[in-house]
Amino acid sequence: MTAPTRTPVEAPTFVGQSMPRKEDERLLKAQGSFVDDEGMHRMGYAHYVRSPYGHAKILSVDTSKAEAMPGVITTLVGDEVKAMTEPLFQFAPREDGSQVIEYLLAVDRVRYQGEAVAVVLAETRDQARDAAEAVEVDYEPLPVLLDGVEAADSSAPVLHDSLGDNIAWKSMFDWGEVDLALSNADHVVKIDKLHFHRYSSTPLECSGVLVNWDPGTDMIRVVSNNQFPMFGALVLGPSMGVGVDQFDFVSQDIGGGFGIKINNYTHIGVLALLSRKARRPVKWTEYRTEHHQSAGHGNERTFTDIEVPVMADGTILGFKMKAFDNAGAYLHYEPLGAVIWSQVVPGPYKFKHVQVDYTETLTNKCPAVPNRGYSRMQHIWLVERIVDLVAQELNFDPVEIRKKNYVQPEDYPYTTPNGCVYDSGNLPAALERVLELIDYEAALQKKKEAEGTGKRIGIGIGTTLDSGTNNFGQSRILNPELPFSGNGEACTAMLDLYGEIMLKLGTNPQGQGHETTAAQVAADILGVSPEDIRVWAGFDKSHSTYIGFSGTYASQFAVTGINAVIGATEKLKNEIITVAAAVFGVDADQVELAGGSARLKDNPEAEIPFIGIANMVFANNAELPHHLAESISLTCRHVYVPKFEVPDTDKKYGNLTLTYATQTHAAVIEVDEETGKVEILDYAVVDDCGKRINPMIVEGQVHGATAHGIGAALKETFEYDEDGQLLTSNFLFYHAATSTDVPAIKTDAIESPSPFTGTGAKGMGEGGGAPLHTICAAIQNALGKDAPIVDDSHNPPERVWRKLNWQGSPDERGVTVLSTSEA
Amino acid sequence: MGKGPGPIHEIELEVNGDTIHRAVSARQLLIHFLRDELGMRGPKIGCDTGHCGACTVQYNGKTIKSCMMLAAQADQAEIRTAESLAGPGGELDSLQEAFRSQHALQCGYCTSGMLMSAKFLLERNPSPTEEEIREAIHGNICRCTGYVNIVEAIRAAAGEEVSA
Repeated sequence: MTAPTRTPVEAPTFVGQSMPRKEDERLLKAQGSFVDDEGMHRMGYAHYVRSPYGHAKILSVDTSKAEAMPGVITTLVGDEVKAMTEPLFQFAPREDGSQVIEYLLAVDRVRYQGEAVAVVLAETRDQARDAAEAVEVDYEPLPVLLDGVEAADSSAPVLHDSLGDNIAWKSMFDWGEVDLALSNADHVVKIDKLHFHRYSSTPLECSGVLVNWDPGTDMIRVVSNNQFPMFGALVLGPSMGVGVDQFDFVSQDIGGGFGIKINNYTHIGVLALLSRKARRPVKWTEYRTEHHQSAGHGNERTFTDIEVPVMADGTILGFKMKAFDNAGAYLHYEPLGAVIWSQVVPGPYKFKHVQVDYTETLTNKCPAVPNRGYSRMQHIWLVERIVDLVAQELNFDPVEIRKKNYVQPEDYPYTTPNGCVYDSGNLPAALERVLELIDYEAALQKKKEAEGTGKRIGIGIGTTLDSGTNNFGQSRILNPELPFSGNGEACTAMLDLYGEIMLKLGTNPQGQGHETTAAQVAADILGVSPEDIRVWAGFDKSHSTYIGFSGTYASQFAVTGINAVIGATEKLKNEIITVAAAVFGVDADQVELAGGSARLKDNPEAEIPFIGIANMVFANNAELPHHLAESISLTCRHVYVPKFEVPDTDKKYGNLTLTYATQTHAAVIEVDEETGKVEILDYAVVDDCGKRINPMIVEGQVHGATAHGIGAALKETFEYDEDGQLLTSNFLFYHAATSTDVPAIKTDAIESPSPFTGTGAKGMGEGGGAPLHTICAAIQNALGKDAPIVDDSHNPPERVWRKLNWQGSPDERGVTVLSTSEA
Repeated sequence: MGKGPGPIHEIELEVNGDTIHRAVSARQLLIHFLRDELGMRGPKIGCDTGHCGACTVQYNGKTIKSCMMLAAQADQAEIRTAESLAGPGGELDSLQEAFRSQHALQCGYCTSGMLMSAKFLLERNPSPTEEEIREAIHGNICRCTGYVNIVEAIRAAAGEEVSA
């Protein structure tokens, strides 16, 4: 037998290098395995029957014609699901126990267009689709409620009789003394209303599930592209009356997730029930229209009655406002978003006094679910709108007012008014650098020169935070009874029989390069090359290691996943060294690892390759001292757990997130006065996510998040008509950003290592929605003080044109200033 | 499997150099034929309306979106998919290699279609400008990369100096 070939490594430091990814070869050669690439013997194809109405009573569902059609195996309807399951778990029932009642298929009533009413299983895709058309559902349409603010009104039609109103969750968040600040401030800037629109990062691969409920073992094998299967299991288990131990979740390659694919657990549940009924495996691949209508939308939020106390020198003291989050028809992962925004209460600024009257409402829209930048970007968009409007109305320079109010480099670790700890950063340096990248002085000159030409130049800055590794204890602010807190991730590092090095992760990556970065980190510890390490692709509950938080979401792999890899690999290293030291008859501190061998530090010629270590442990253990043979497994699991405490739920105070990456964006845009069209002339980003494990991957995440934000700011929106019909239900009407929409994004990075993560790295995958802040600021800059404020996060040409051609009085612009002393 | 009701057509076509003979349902889309009947993983489905480009293949030397054509129409056609790009020993071709070195893919779902569009561009225009590249791939949606590194990779494959 021969040892695996090792690449010679001298003083390895793979961490920090832009290494090409291990994942790429299979993906480039069309040898990846996405869910729709997979099949099972005897599988049938499922197709849903979905509501064409935004809100209606279901009078009857008749599947008899469908069941008589060729190839149809069986059907499943809401009443059957109700009979065999409990309603889905809700995070925050009211004190009297009332809550949203939701089953995996609609029962008695549909509450959004596209809601699943029944599902048909047939031998082929086409037969299933045809038979679904033949399912007869008799509806009685009901009044449609779409506006998240109106939904809070007591006169609004009630969607869920079990609640008696449309309030999903409501609470006052109050830190500092905002009323005192407002009365003592030199100026109070009042903003009537700001609206953050609905959109989604719309992963290119829609959802898919292949499931078999095995009648013999009662095991439920689920091949899917769900990105947080443990969450799905926690919700589905009690509803379906099954143990989590019955589920085997499997995924390899996932075609983008961005949070949206947390939500497809509902399909796992209903299709598992269908499989049990049919005693056949079930395959389902979502159509794009289904995805847009029902897979989940990002949070839509309206902010009203905003009051901002500002001192004469430009110090912003905080703000007071009401927020209305439109959760859509059901609560999937929500209302977690109602507290998750409070990870970033003051944004990147030293605001001391913040009061938010927060209401989350239910409407006849698709359920809101996490989407890249989840809940925090909506809030930071508000904060950046505040800063830019304060600057504009009070004649402060948008650069200087930011520098004045930023958390300063010397302030870290900085505790926010609600107890979150910003770990590190250098916002002024990032701002300086991003302004260099767009040549700020030249842009100002260009703006001046463009006056009167019919083309206006606007310059915008957007600073944002990408908070990562959240403390699930924040969920107790919703409901103190919830048994969740902390966070973590698991990894197993192993040698196999011939000394091969393996890593098994708990995550379900969707393009983030976990195989690569995990191998870089482990290679440095073991003294080998990343090429020498096999990181098992994807997740398979039957062999992967996991805890309840395992998955790929919320910008945390660089902290939780990587620290789990480090912990597991360090344990493996110690075991290898322990075996080698026993063989050499020396103390462990005399042994080091290099080039795939354990060797004596003072005599590198004396070495045992990993194959020799593995041989002794796995197949030759009589040569080992017995106590070692029984205690060494070369299979080392580690669970990384960040240090968190449970927040004070009364005061809504505590550290909600471990790391805060920053991104500072700047844009130069041109606005066509004739059409309102916005063209991006220059765009730059400076990212600071602490120590970068693979800068190339980090930059790729920055590019992707920037493109999503640019798309959302200018092109991408989920709009409903007054009947609750989604107007943008495919890529014809929903204009996902293309190569001609996204400019050549300039990037640079600074590194402010996190003191809390061991490696100095921070999570950074979501990007904090900064292009929305930036482009809105740039449009505002182009419009100037004579136009209404930019009050929506989405600005298609028509909306900009209306502002350019607005002819109202100055007090109708959406912003007013009260000055109590001469500034 | 994969055949719905309705008339059946006999078709013969060449896919990546292999001659294929099959009976297909009149309503079957070419993309479903390639994936469900031939088990191909290169062409993928992202939208059903011809906008996303994940299903892009070469059809008689031109790029098409295989969700916009019926399998029955492909009788006597020559089709190339992303599976054809790597060399006989599995080695990446220069375009694939450029995608790898420039980090022009993340989740990999758009990649096969993107490669086919880029290949078609470079075959007709070996030295495209950035604008020509962006125009050539604007029918291929990528939701991960923001296109920045895809453009760089195509430039690199065209022999231009780009920063790694």
